Formats: sequence, structure tokens, C-alpha cells
Amino acid sequence: MAEKLMKYADAVAKYDPVFGLEVHVELCTNTKLFCPAHIEFGGEPNTQLTPVSLGLPGSLPVVNKTAIDYAVKLGLALHCKVNEWSQFARKNYFYPDMPRDYQISQYDKPLNGEGYLDVELDDGSIFRVPIERAHVEDDAGKNTHVGGADGRIEGADHSLVDYNRAGVPLVEIVTKPIEGAGARTPEVAGAYVRAIRDIVRALGISHARMEQGNMRADVNVSLHTGPDAPLGTRSETKNVNTFKGIEKTLTYEIRRQAALLESGGEVLQETRHWDESTQTTAGGRVKTDANDYRYFPDPDLVMVHVTKDHIEELKAQMPEMPRERRARLKKEWDFTDRQMQDAVNADAVDLIEDTVKAGATAAGARKWWLGEISREANARGVSLQELPISAQDVADVEQLIADGKLNDKLAKQTVSGVLAGEGKPAEVVKKHGYQVVSDDGALDAAVDQALKDNPDIVAKLKGGNMKPMGAIIGAVMRATKGQADAKAVSKIVMERIAKS
Amino acid sequence: MSAQEELVKQSASDMAAQLRSGQVSSRELVQAHLDVIEAAEPSIDAFLQVSADQALEQADAFDQHLAHEGAEGLPELAGVPIAIKDMIVTKGIPTTAASKILEGWVPPYDATVIKKLKAAGMPILGKTNLDEFAQGSSTEHSAFKTTHNPWDTERVPGGSGGGSASAVGAFEAPLALGTDTGGSIRQPGSLTGTVGVKPTYGGVSRFGAIAMASSLDQIGPVSRSVLDAALLQEVIGGYDRRDSTSIPKPVPPLAQAARQGQNRDLKGLKVGLVKELGGEGYQPGVEARFNEAVSLLESMGAEVVQVSCPHFPYALAAYYIIMPSEVSSNLARYDGMRYGLRVMPPEGVPQTAANMMAATREAGFGDEVKRRIILGIYALSAGYYDAWYGSAQKVRTLVIRDFEKAFEQADVLVSPTSPTTAFRFGEKMDDPLAMYLNDVATIPANLAGTPAMSIPAGLSDDGLPVGFQFFAPQMRDEVMYRPAAALEAALEEQWGGPISKKLSTPWLDGLAQDSTK
Repeated sequence: MAEKLMKYADAVAKYDPVFGLEVHVELCTNTKLFCPAHIEFGGEPNTQLTPVSLGLPGSLPVVNKTAIDYAVKLGLALHCKVNEWSQFARKNYFYPDMPRDYQISQYDKPLNGEGYLDVELDDGSIFRVPIERAHVEDDAGKNTHVGGADGRIEGADHSLVDYNRAGVPLVEIVTKPIEGAGARTPEVAGAYVRAIRDIVRALGISHARMEQGNMRADVNVSLHTGPDAPLGTRSETKNVNTFKGIEKTLTYEIRRQAALLESGGEVLQETRHWDESTQTTAGGRVKTDANDYRYFPDPDLVMVHVTKDHIEELKAQMPEMPRERRARLKKEWDFTDRQMQDAVNADAVDLIEDTVKAGATAAGARKWWLGEISREANARGVSLQELPISAQDVADVEQLIADGKLNDKLAKQTVSGVLAGEGKPAEVVKKHGYQVVSDDGALDAAVDQALKDNPDIVAKLKGGNMKPMGAIIGAVMRATKGQADAKAVSKIVMERIAKS
Repeated sequence: MSAQEELVKQSASDMAAQLRSGQVSSRELVQAHLDVIEAAEPSIDAFLQVSADQALEQADAFDQHLAHEGAEGLPELAGVPIAIKDMIVTKGIPTTAASKILEGWVPPYDATVIKKLKAAGMPILGKTNLDEFAQGSSTEHSAFKTTHNPWDTERVPGGSGGGSASAVGAFEAPLALGTDTGGSIRQPGSLTGTVGVKPTYGGVSRFGAIAMASSLDQIGPVSRSVLDAALLQEVIGGYDRRDSTSIPKPVPPLAQAARQGQNRDLKGLKVGLVKELGGEGYQPGVEARFNEAVSLLESMGAEVVQVSCPHFPYALAAYYIIMPSEVSSNLARYDGMRYGLRVMPPEGVPQTAANMMAATREAGFGDEVKRRIILGIYALSAGYYDAWYGSAQKVRTLVIRDFEKAFEQADVLVSPTSPTTAFRFGEKMDDPLAMYLNDVATIPANLAGTPAMSIPAGLSDDGLPVGFQFFAPQMRDEVMYRPAAALEAALEEQWGGPISKKLSTPWLDGLAQDSTK
């Protein structure tokens, strides 16, 4: 059931998108929001439970103070008005993954009120995203549908519920309707969510790993014909959990709604979901009056009181914010926008900073962390920080290169050895006997042999065609087991050619 | 009278004294009560579960402790057995809230009050009957059995805590715990001639009390004497970090206040008669005993003044908005997913989680529970919230102010506990409003969070017990214990002993003469 789409450029030329994001951030507290159950990603199903997180009869929630502190810090970073008194409320609805069949959230008295976040776009311009609130709530468990296609509930023959995630603290950051982004709507959305990711990481309050569901967004968008025209009906796309997905959802929805409006159709107020496999959004349930959450203050919990003094204490603990820090480091390191963005996306800024502190150049540090080491992290499906290589190790390798003791190839092998758990760089070098062949006699002999074996290439080189040089270098490398310095080989070859 | 009968008819504090002096062991006390339970249950039906083995084990452990380490550091009631309303979770002992939906559920944890009782070496005899999820005023809404009033087994024991009240009234247990959301400890106390206390909200941890209406629920003592209630409240009371609404203050000196009251000197005490709690709807025999008791208070030196609480007449209506609203949310978790009853949808209906939840709740809840869930959902619905829940909360605030003003004029307030004595089975089952009116005098204390207690004031013309209610200011529970103990002492002097002396107990007749069997 392919839906009609308008070309994006036409859609944003004709219609003005108004959008909103509800970003859910899982806080990385040791224990859950309302009970001392330990939190750990990927644990055996239904092992991280207490009577409270399972909603057993008689159990009562008690607020985790650390979660409140974390949420206040996030509120401060988002320039929110932090409310001294806030209140938890029950959001009532039945769902198998909710142990109490109500979520404990905040309603009319959120912890963090209005604020804003300035986000930097690709061209360096700043867009101010207005924030309505950032409130605290607990997460639900996780349903796994078995027997159907793609793990979806349709066609499944049974479902499993894991309550480990039930009760994990979340902050839901709700924007006001965001206007004026026009054609840049997806870009603004992506930049905003990345900025939040960077902030929560800088604050150390969330792992913010999209792939583990630490961050997810509900994306709302509607179209109208201009800033003064009445707002159109909005669609809400739930639980989009990649940055690209958020951007693509907006692009798709703008195109879909524009085509609908253009053909005289009507946008339904409905909940949709982003389908990564088809790169489309699909309709879900139509929002009706039946969807009444019957919010009321949770009588099990007294109001949350964060004193002015405590807010000041937390303020004093705030680190430099990512955008400011990034601007400073980008300048110090002399990175391009792209390079800096890559470092941020790979969560390598801290590692590069530490590597530079340990004596490496910024360019050298970047090359390793975003090259070899990132590839290894991706292959293993872990973060850079989880790999058995430190900033000091990388700086040591760089030092060995600078000292002429390793060439690029040997340096890579050394890093591979460290990653394989063979020890510190010096130990790996020693173990494998890595050293650049700088003994001219041995090198001369290897080059001579290579030239002798490849008369056709020698002819080309003599004729001024330098392209086959690589083949000679390759042969020399093979002969020296990779310990030759490519530059030195090249130099000797040129000398031989010139002489002959 | 058999030795066993003599033993179980004592007050809990007298049993405790005998334990300390070595005249009786905890095992003997437990065994005596188990024997009474066996003899009485066919007539009374107060228990849903009798945990004989655990109780005897606990008793033995206490007796060992007493023999080797003495009673130092233990509360006065240590070693005395107790019955628990089946609304409070007990590790390893099935807990049902008298609902089919929880049938067979064995809790993996203990309520805070149960932990405290265990730490005090108080053996748990079993779990007592109640209206399903504590919703009712007669215990007739239990999904499992009907509990009988020891004073007339054709009549209800009140509710929701009819099981605890009847168990204590019939000498099946010297003490019990109840939960009081709108009068569920005090009204059964009134109807069975026992003492029932609703402590200050937040004075006793609710952790492990199955929630009915969280902002109103409070665990409290059921006993046959004011001093026993005070001693028990001292055991179960105090701050609990697992209950966010728990008050971080020590328990006031309750037993001391009760003992002081036994001197029957109330000079300087101002007693406020609540004008709005009496008159129309109150049985003449209830009013007569109430007025006599007030005169007794005066004769002991108390100054009696009339106070007005003009918003009390609206309390019942506000209660029947707030309570069902909270019920509708608190009882959502009984959905067949994780514990208790699970009913699959009928054949031909899609076997989905949602349909299973609906089938489970349809089969598992009784009519009164469903009635309150529906009322609550309505009251909280968008568009109705302000008119219903919002207005009810305003009334609640006005009731709190009424109490505050009244306590400027008097140290304690008094009223009849229940407008009538015990009624016959079935008499009010078809008329929920008549049933709800039972709680008209008890509800204000729940709305305001203030402590209140009911003690026996004598028998009405129909020969059935009448309850006398005291109210005290918040966190000042000791203030009501003193005049309550004084009134109890004065009344017992008139009666020649506790009111239970007037109770005929045919179920005890067959008890063995030898209590040491």
C-alpha cells in the first residue's frame, strides 16, 4: 500500500512544516527510579526485579534521588526553569509490559519547565529549539513477539515479556511546536537530538546509545500553508530510535502529508511508526477520545522537593557543555567541521583529548580512533571505551612512529596486537620483533632483487610512468616482512632508475 | 471455665506478663489459640488461612530466645500471637485480599509491619477475612466466606475488617491487624465490641498493605483493650523509608498515655462533641450509650464542649469520589499477566493479552469492586476530572480545616463510631448507599489523615455492642489513648469487667480442660 508522496523540494516550497519532538532519555543510574533493583543492559530476562518493579500487591514506589539530580542537571543544560516542587502522576492504561498498568510520570507539575536549546546546523548557523518541559517517568518492560515476521505482533503466535527495563528512569524532553525550520526541518531535528545526546553524555547521566534504546523519539509534524495559516492535523510517529530515522521520518511525513493535502485529502490524527526496512512510516491506531490516560497525582508519592540550594549545588557541578567544548577543541585541534562531527558521532572526543594530553598530535589521535580502532569497535559491536586500548597506548604508538621506529603498516599491526590483548604497544613490538628496516644494505638488496624480477615495470618507470611504483614497494615489503619504510624504498628505487 | 478458656480470655498485655514471668510459654499461647480457632471457626469463619505450623515455629523460636537471652530489648507484647487481615502481605502465607483474582498467590516478601511483628517474636496465627480488597462494611463482599459476629452469629461483624474484629472478639486471637480506609478497623470494632485504631496517616508503614485507596489506607491495631492497642501500635509504627508517605518521626508514647488514662483523671482535658456526627440516622440505643459515655468523661474531670465541623456532611460524598478513583488505578495491576488468576478468553475470541486481561478481570473481581472501579474511571475521565476528583479534593481540604479549627477548641473529638449496631446478613447488600452510610462518622478521619479509634461503649437495647469514637490531632495519637483508656476503665468498673464478659461463647465450651496438651 504505497502512499503518494510529493517531491520534498515541492512539499517544503508549498507548505510550512511545524514539528515537535518528544525525546526519551534513559538515565544511567545504578538502580531503578522507584526501587533498588539493579539496572544492567542485556541481563537475563526478568532478573533485575524487586516486588516494586514487578508491581506486586502491597509494593510502594520511593523516588531515586540520583535520578532527580540527573534530571535537574539535564534541565539546567536545557535552560529549563527547574521547579522546586514537582509531582509524580499516574498515567493509566493497560499494557502487558507495564507491571502496574499505569506509568508513573509527571503531568501538570513537571520537574523541569520551559527552556530552550541552541543547536548548530551543518553550515554553522544556530537554531533555537524551544522546550516545553523535561519531566521524569519510569520506563516500561519489553515485549518480544515470537512466531511472526520481523518480530512484529501481527502474525506472532505468542509474546514474551521482560520486565528488566520496567522502572528504569527516563527523562522525556518535550519541545514546543518548532516553527520556521522550513526545508531544514529534518536537519534541525537531527541536530537537536544529537545535541541532546552529546549533552547527556557530557553530564554523565545517560549512556545515550540509540542502538540499546537509551534514547528514542516521538516525532510529530503537521503542515500549514504559511506562518499565519491555521495549523494542520499532525501525525505522531512513535519510538524512532536512530538519528537518521528521525530525519527520514520527517522528510517522509512532510512528503506524504503534502501529497495528501494537495490531492484534497485529509491528514488523520494518528500514531504511526517508522519502518526501517521500507524507509516509510506506517499508520497505526487512530487517536480517539478513547485514549484517556486519566492522569491524577500519585498518592503513593509525596511531592518532589528540590531546594534552591541544591539546584545551586548541581549547577556548580555542571561540566562545560558539548557545543562550547567542541568549538574550543575544534579550534585547538585544527579539525574541519566534518572531522569534528565524526569524532563526536563516534564518541571519540574524550579519547582524542586524552590521547593529545598523552603527547600525540590531534591529527594522529583522530586517525587512530576514527580509523582502525573504530572499525574494530564496529566489528565487535562495542564502544571505543570498551576496547582494550587506552589513550596512552595510542599516544605511545604515535611516539614510536615519530621516532621512526615503526612505519604505518607496523604501527597498524602493533595496534591490532594491543586490541588482540597482546599487551602494551612496546610489548607487542617486542614480541613480534617489529622494527623498521633501516639497514641500507638489506634494503638495497631487496630493492635490487625486486627490480630484477620486474623488468617490465622498470621499463615503465624509466619511461616516466610512476604508477607501478606501488608494485615494487609491495614486493620489497613482502621480502622484508613489512618492516621496510615505504618512503625509503621509493627513494632507493628512484635513485636506481636515475642511475641506470 | 477451662484453663485454656481462661488463658485466651485475658488481655494481650496480661498474656505478655505471664510470658515474662514464665507462667506460660509462647507455644502454649499459640496452641491455645489454635484450639480456639478450631473450635470457633464453624460458628465464626473469621480466618481465610490458619498458619499453624509457622506460628508454632515462631513461638518456639521466641521461647528459646526468652530462655537464653531474656526479654531485653523486646517490646512488651513479644511472644503474644496475632492474626493478620488478609490485605497485608505475608511471605510464604497465601494472601488474597479475599478476592478470587489473587487466589493462590503466595507473596515473596513481608510487609514492613509483618517484619516488625516477626522481629518482636509475635507469632502469626493466620490471615483473616474481609470484604474483597477491603471494599465494604460487612465482610459479606468476601469472595470466599461470610464471617459471623460473635455477639449474634446471624449478624455481620462489620467491614471491611470483619475477620480481624470477629477473631479478636471471639477469642481466636488476642490481637489482630486491620487496614482502615474509611472505617474498616473502627466500624467492625464498634459492631463486635472490640477496640480498633486508625493511626495517623503515615504513622504506620503501608509497605506491604495491598492498596485500596493509597491516600486513605492505614494499617492499625485490633484488640480487646486500649492498652493492648497502644502496645501493638508501638510495635508496628514508625518511619519506613520504603513508604514515601511515612512520617520520619518516632512513635509517640502511646502505652504510657494509655496507662496514665487508667488512673481515670481527665482534669484539664477538653473533649469536643462533633455536632454533625449524631442525630438523624443514629440508632437511639447508640446515642444513649454515647451520651452516657460522655457523662462518664465529664465525671472524670473532662470539660465537654460542642464543636462544629460544617463540612463533615460532605465527607462521605467526597470519599466516594476519591476512594474509587484511587481504586480504579490501584486495582489495574490485577490483569492476569504476572500473578494470581488468569482466565483465557472464550473460544472464538482472539486469544490476545488484552482479551485475556478483560476475561480475567471479569471473572476475578466481585460486583462491589467492579462498581467502584467503574465509578473511579468515570470520576477521573477527561472532562469530568475537575468536577468530580477536583471538587472532592477541595472538600477534603475543607474537612482538614474543620479538624484544625475543632482542635483549637478541644484536645480530642468524640462521636459514635457507627450509626447502628450490627445488622443482619443480606440486609444492606442490595442497597449500596445504605451500606456506605455505615462509614459516615469514620470517613472524616481518613480524609484528614488524623488518628481515630473506636472502643466499646456498652450494649444497645438490642443487646449488641456500640462503639465510641475518639479523634486526635495528626501525629498526636497519644492524645486519644489517654481518655480512651480512662473511659474504658470507668465503663469496666460499671460492667464488672471487660464487655466481653457479657458475651456468651458456646464455641469455647468444648475446649480441652488441659491447656498443656
